[in-house]
Amino acid sequence: MTGLLDAAFVLLILTTLVLLGSSRIRLGIRVLAVQGVVVGAAALLLPNHHVTLRVVVIVLIGTILDAVVFPILLLRALRTARVERETDPPVGYTASILIGVGLLTACLWGMKYGGITLPHEGANPLELPVAAYTVLAGLFLIVARNNALNQILGYLMLENGIFLAGLSTAMEVPLLIEMGILLDVFIMVMVMGVALFHISRTFDSIEVGGMTALTDWPDQEDVGK
Amino acid sequence: MIAGLILIPLVAAGAAFAIRSHPVRRAMLVSVAAVHAALTARLWVDWPARPAPVLDGWLAVDAPGLLFLSTCSALFLAAAVYAVGYHAREDVGEPRRDIEEGGLFFRNEPEAVFAGCMLLFLGSMTGVSLSQHLGLLWVGVEATTLATAPLIYYHRHHRSLEATWKYLLICSVGLALAMIGNFALAASIPRAEAESGRINLVLGDLLANARALNPAWAQIAFVFFLVGYGTKMGLAPLHTWLPDAHSEAPSLVSALMSGALLNCAFLGVLRGHQVCTAAGFPGFSSELLIWFGLLSMAVAAVFILGQTDFKRMLAYSSVEHMGILALAVGCGAAYGMGLHALGHSLIKGSLFLTSGILLAAYQTKNVTKIHNLLADYPVTGLLWLAGFLAITGAPPFSLFLSEFTVGKTLLDADRPVAAAAYLVLLGVIFLGMASAVLPMVHGTGPVDHEPAGGQSAPPGYRPPLTMLVPPIVLAGAVLGLGLYLPVDVREVLRDAAAALSGGVSP
Repeated sequence: MTGLLDAAFVLLILTTLVLLGSSRIRLGIRVLAVQGVVVGAAALLLPNHHVTLRVVVIVLIGTILDAVVFPILLLRALRTARVERETDPPVGYTASILIGVGLLTACLWGMKYGGITLPHEGANPLELPVAAYTVLAGLFLIVARNNALNQILGYLMLENGIFLAGLSTAMEVPLLIEMGILLDVFIMVMVMGVALFHISRTFDSIEVGGMTALTDWPDQEDVGK
Repeated sequence: MIAGLILIPLVAAGAAFAIRSHPVRRAMLVSVAAVHAALTARLWVDWPARPAPVLDGWLAVDAPGLLFLSTCSALFLAAAVYAVGYHAREDVGEPRRDIEEGGLFFRNEPEAVFAGCMLLFLGSMTGVSLSQHLGLLWVGVEATTLATAPLIYYHRHHRSLEATWKYLLICSVGLALAMIGNFALAASIPRAEAESGRINLVLGDLLANARALNPAWAQIAFVFFLVGYGTKMGLAPLHTWLPDAHSEAPSLVSALMSGALLNCAFLGVLRGHQVCTAAGFPGFSSELLIWFGLLSMAVAAVFILGQTDFKRMLAYSSVEHMGILALAVGCGAAYGMGLHALGHSLIKGSLFLTSGILLAAYQTKNVTKIHNLLADYPVTGLLWLAGFLAITGAPPFSLFLSEFTVGKTLLDADRPVAAAAYLVLLGVIFLGMASAVLPMVHGTGPVDHEPAGGQSAPPGYRPPLTMLVPPIVLAGAVLGLGLYLPVDVREVLRDAAAALSGGVSP
């Protein structure tokens, strides 16, 4: 079992690195779908809880959302926005991968020597560092990309990390993880989807780098179009 | 009672989307607000008796919750009345010319969506104030994000869309981090207790068993609460969405967000602080709160100095006051915090509502283009001036009392550096706001800057009574609280302070 779980963690790390290093949004959406399946599998394999019906249902819902529903919605948004790749991100793709590797190292070291341990007996030593790394990589992706779709991919990656963290820390508390999943669905589908539609219609592009009208020093900016 | 407070706005929100007649919907908005305010007032009258908790104690009334619920309720009533006059002017049904970029035309959001989202907003804020379960509180805060995003995007043009996108992305990420805080708190519960379900994430359970919590995980939880809810509450350096959202949203939405929503997010931080205090390491959370508070005040001071957009100026003033609230709790002035939260909400609501009148009258957000306000619009000018004096903590308004209490507590707690920084920053912010507000109220404007189109001669706009009365009442309330604190208010403030510094809620 431990071998399988470790394999899942490695696969998860690899998918985050692909996402950090790829300019093609379509590929990013597919990799994120794969990542959703990997996170689901890892969640089932975690040693610190028994596989009860509740765990299976949570993981199933999470995986279906990540691997089926979100990719379909994102691919549709991609078609509407008519973009394929982000050419000039604030942080380059090679640099992003290097930073990703740095974050991973920092998480592994930090958790090993920081003295933070999971409250369970027999928890896998990689659980917490990998979850923390996925969260940080998602955060990094959000700030290092200008394309709204890429930022959403980063947000979803962050959510994958949180899902993993939740399953390894808070499984005993009734309903907490379910609340998290439920609200993510709302944020994703209802709001970001709708906002994305309006952005592509208003700005003729989903590059949020063009959003510069709001500032504290209006004199120095060319306001408006 | 508790169920009613939450369900009435939610049901009405559903109805608002369905009702087609504008007058009926506006009447419903005001009456729901009035009913909500009446129920909240009932809680005050009955205090310290409180209604029975519902949902296994997940929803219940406690003193800090009641305090923030009251600010939500009062501001919502003011905003609902204001909305009647506001919509009468905004609802023209056809594309309108933008006041900042003349060549830009835009439509407004349908009024039904606006009213529905307002009511959802009220329902979710009520939920946050009454949540005793930290997971449920998180759901409530997230729900406020969902409900307010369409409100910020009321004027459908690219600037408000930019503000909405920033708001959504930054706050969603912040709240995702707050969720990690919940997980960390769950991890701090001893295994045996958690598995038997004896300790849940309900505040009462946590506080009663706080000594058994794993300190490392509880401290991690507080850090994530502070960062996560701090983002939503506008603590620097996570405040960046706030000035944009507040300046682009309609004024009544800004009033609600600034006066009510930020408080609700602060409640999330306070719950974490309560757990830390009860768990026996109050110093940890206090220290963080003090420094985040001072940093927020400093950032606000920098951006208020020389600010030319009066709505952004008010937004940064909210960052400042959130900083003061954090500082007050951190240094142990919990009573002053409660009073300050109350005063800030009411007066900031009044100021934002007044700024909406200014915007309608002068068609500009630029402070340098408005002059001689007192002569042209005596009532609005007086409100603007009184609001400025109150928000900067001049006597006899209640914010003077609370800011004085915080300063005194800082000195008593033997923190001279923090106290000096606090006083200097308050002074700088006073000067910054004065240099923007006083020329608007009195000045005649430089002659060579007289625009040909004539912003100097005010257009013949007469604000309707529904837009004037709410800010007057709110400002009057702050003045009243400054002159005389009723016994009921003192009692609730004292109980809130006891809950925040003593750990176990009374």
